This record gives sequence, structure tokens and C-alpha cells, in this order.
Amino acid sequence: MIPEAVLRATRSQPSFLASIVLLAAVVFIGVFGSWLAPQDPFLLNPQIVNQGSSTAHWLGTDEFGRDLLSRLLIGVQPTLLVAIGATVIAGVFGTMIGIMGAYGRPLIAFLIMRSVDIMLSFPPILLALLAVGFWESGIFSLSVVIGVLYIPHFARVAHAATLQVSRMEFMEAEHAMGASARRVVFTAILPNILSPLVVQATLTVAAAILLESGLSFLGLGIVPPEPSWGQMIGTARGYLGQNPMYVIWPSLLLALTVLAINVVGDRLRDILDPRLREE
Amino acid sequence: MNASIAGALLLAARKLLTAFIQLLVVATLIFSVMYIMPGDPVLLLLGADSNPSPEAIASMRSQLGLDQPVLSQYFVWLWNALHLDFGKSLTNGYPVANYVMQNLPRTLELAFAAIIIAALIGVPLGIAAALKRGSMRDTVLTSIATIGISVPVYIMGTLLVLFFSLKLGLLPASGYTDISRNVLEHFRKLALPALALGFGLAASIARMTRSSVLEILGRDFVRALRAKGMSERRIIWQHVLRNAAIPIVTIIGLQLGNLMGGTVLVEAMFNWPGLSTLLVGAVSARNYPLVQGAMLAIAAAFILINLVVELLYSLLDPRIRRKRS
Repeated sequence: MIPEAVLRATRSQPSFLASIVLLAAVVFIGVFGSWLAPQDPFLLNPQIVNQGSSTAHWLGTDEFGRDLLSRLLIGVQPTLLVAIGATVIAGVFGTMIGIMGAYGRPLIAFLIMRSVDIMLSFPPILLALLAVGFWESGIFSLSVVIGVLYIPHFARVAHAATLQVSRMEFMEAEHAMGASARRVVFTAILPNILSPLVVQATLTVAAAILLESGLSFLGLGIVPPEPSWGQMIGTARGYLGQNPMYVIWPSLLLALTVLAINVVGDRLRDILDPRLREE
Repeated sequence: MNASIAGALLLAARKLLTAFIQLLVVATLIFSVMYIMPGDPVLLLLGADSNPSPEAIASMRSQLGLDQPVLSQYFVWLWNALHLDFGKSLTNGYPVANYVMQNLPRTLELAFAAIIIAALIGVPLGIAAALKRGSMRDTVLTSIATIGISVPVYIMGTLLVLFFSLKLGLLPASGYTDISRNVLEHFRKLALPALALGFGLAASIARMTRSSVLEILGRDFVRALRAKGMSERRIIWQHVLRNAAIPIVTIIGLQLGNLMGGTVLVEAMFNWPGLSTLLVGAVSARNYPLVQGAMLAIAAAFILINLVVELLYSLLDPRIRRKRS
């Protein structure tokens, strides 16, 4: 039923289709980037630093004379890995915590949801900054840090959805049949709160990409010489005068990717949750 | 009449208490940061490479109060923090409170400037889109807003620098001039960071404004007013916008709170010496008292702004007062 609705939306809304195609391309590049790269992305060439596009280097070169196109292509992977890793961590733990907050014992539920509120009262980038400032920075640690930071967001969505489901009659039926708590959670609650969680997952992927690229931009994320888009933008900022296109390319790709995720998220919300539909 | 005033006061008192508890919990978390994070501040202070003698370590430890039990350290720290004493910077012994007091107004100024720009752009555009829902104008404005929330603030900032500083040479690319030294230069340097932050926020404010105006437009009372033959202009100005104002003001207020830490990237890229800059510098120097002081200031500003927004919210909407009291 859901795939059908998605298929229908791709036909009626070109922006949705375009976004899905773009995201598929980004994922493809994320997987096969190092094969697609036309040149060695780490090869230094002091003779041709900060050049514009040429036949040898389609998008020009960076401050060490490395091929920009190749670096852009392999720079997708770390960002994607961090975004997916963080979303999985936030999704699994946030959903568990949210369900416990709605369905668990009252005292535990109260404590859980109050701690969620308190965690939400901190801007994620500040906490991320604190964490990566003190610990080693890498794909794994970035995923964990960003994932943990978005647990409360997921928990709040799962909590609200579970509360809604638990008021429904079939829940009463489950209880009347003497179903175990595990059975109730996995067969009654989870399938019924999946829609808002999927929407939250797309939002989290976008947020994680922004957060990772922001940290890398500050020089606290992906460690050079390994490139990521955010880090390239941060570096390119020092060469705005010599080679303005150096900053434009990664910026354009990053903004387009986040835009595509936001468009898909908006449409998915309309499709999965008709009550929230605006039009 | 009296009952409603009493209700408002009760609500305010409850919100105040919640904010205080929140602040206390956050302060506790910030205190524990020092114990969770790796690295011994004493060794850092003495210089781990110089191989300090055990006596020097012990004397420094007692000087910093680190030889006391953790719980008593905690209460001393909390008591001092309540008196706005956050200890001394590890690097130069300068009081942390002075740093915080120096940098806090700059972050506040940047945040206020950004939020004013965002509201001035976002609210009218959101209303314009909602009133002609489904039209070409709506589609264009909504698409621009979606693009606006997708462009990271540092890309926006970089594009602004490329255009206004490098191409046109109109505005300085970064830096800070104190207002007492040169008023014009101060605001010229404020312009780009505030615009970079403001544009992204304008997009999300426009989206929120659009959906809350649409929500009110769909209510029954609007249909009733139309049936009564009231002019469309009067319906919109006197009834729809007034009702839509409440969620819009709330969103703007919450955004302002988020900006307390949300300015970090912009402060870094424009060398704006605010609270986040202080925090980033302190984190990389492992200057714990400064980290704690800056974080506490950011959290306190965030919680206070949210408290004010919530109180304003109940002031704006008498229904909330009555329902809860």
C-alpha cells in the first residue's frame, strides 16, 4: 500500500521524483565513489594548485593540486556512513526509550521523558562539539556522538505515537487476550507507529549530514587527508579569492542533497500520515 | 477577574520552578563533564611534558580544590556558580565570569539581529503564501523556503562573503569592532553573520507562518464570518492574523533560544567573539572551568529565553491561562 502511494507520488510530483533520483545517485557515488574517481584523489601536485576547470581536471584542483572531482566523489562516503550510522543509533534507542516512556511503569516513564526534555534543551551542535573536542574524531565516533544526540528527538516522536496507539481498542483486545509486553510492543505498537518514525528518520539523516559537515567545516569532523564535503568547504573558504569554484562545488552538492532529503521527507509525511497533509 | 490573575501567577510560578530545576540538572551535567572527559587538568596546567614532581601535583591539586570529595566539590562549585563565580581560567587565572560577561552580549546581539531579519522576511512571506494557497506565488515561495532550510548556514555565509565582500567590496568578510570604538564599523561587521543566520531562519519561520495561517483559515469561525458578509480584508487582519500570531511568536521565540548555541558555526567563520567562540577555544585548550562557565551561560540563556517565551505565550493567549488554572 505504501509503495503504491510512493509510486503514485513520483508520477504526479516531479520534484519528488527528481529528489529520489538525486539521492539514489548520491548513494551510488557513496558506494562506488573510489571506482568512479577519474584520478587519484590523494595525489599532490604543487605545480597546479587552486586551478579552475580544465580538460585534465574537470572541476579544477584544490590547494595541494589534488583533483577536485575525484575528491568530491570519494567525499560522499564518510558523510553518508555517519548519517546512516547516526540515524540507526538514534532510531533504535530513541524508539525503545520512547515506547518505554509511554508504555513503561509510571515513575520510569516520567523520569525518561523528563531527561529527554532536558537533553532537548541543548543545541546538538554544542554537545557534538564538546564530545568530538575531547575524543578522537572519525566516522565511528561521529556516528555515535550524532546518533546519541538525536535519540531524544526520536524518543519524543515514538512517545507521542505510542500514547496515541495505546488508546486504541485493539490494544485493549491484546491486553484482554493476556498478550505479553513483548508481544504488545512488537506486534501492536511498533507496526502502528512506523509512519512517524520513518519521517523522523529522514529528518535525522538530513540533520546528521548537516551536523557532520558543520563539524568537519570547523575542522573537528572527518580528519584530512580523507575528504568530506563539509571539510572541503571549510578548507576552500581560505581560497575564495584564488579559486571561488573550489567552495561552490561541494556547497552545491551538499545543499542539493539536503534539499532532496527534505523534499522526500515532506512528501513521505504527506503519504504516510494523511492527517498531517496540508493540501 | 481575581481568579484569572491568581491563575496566571500560579502558572508563572510553576514555569519558574520548572526552569529552575532544569537549570539545576543542566548545571549538574556540566559539572560532571569534568569527570567524564579524559585528561587531568592538573597535569595539563603544569605541563605533562615537564614531568612535574608529585609534590607539585599535590599542591596544585589542593590549590584547585580537587583533593576534596567529589560531592563537596560539586556543592562548592554550584554555590559559587549561583553567585556568578565560575572559577578561574586554567591558562591565565583570569576569572571565567569576566570572559562570559564580555562574550555573552555579543552572542545575544548577533542572535537578536538574526531573529529580527528572519522575522521581517519570514512572516510576511509566509502570510503571502498562505493567502494565495495553491497559486503560483505559493508554490514559488514554498519552494524558496524549502531551499532556504536546506542550505547550511556556513554555505550561506560563504556565498554572502563571496558576493558582498569579494565581489562588491561592500562589507568586511569577518571580524569584530567594539561599538564604543566605531559604531558604523561595528554594524558593518555584524551585517554578514546576522544575514547568514537570518536567511535560514527566515525560511523556517515562513514555513511555520504559512501553516499556522492556513490552519486558522480552515476554522469554522472564518466560514461564519464570511457567511456574515464581513470583508475578506477585515477577516484576515482582525481575525486570522491575530489568531495565527500566537504560534508564530512562539516559534520565533524558540528559534531565538536555539540561537544561543546555534551561532557556533557563524561565530567561527566570521571571527565573531561570542560565547560559542569562547567555548570552542576552551574545549580545544582543555580549559575546564572556561568550558563549564561558557556552557552554563549558554544553557542559562536558552532556558531563560524559553521561560520568557512561555510566559509571553500565556499572556498572548488568555485561553491557555484559563485552561491550566
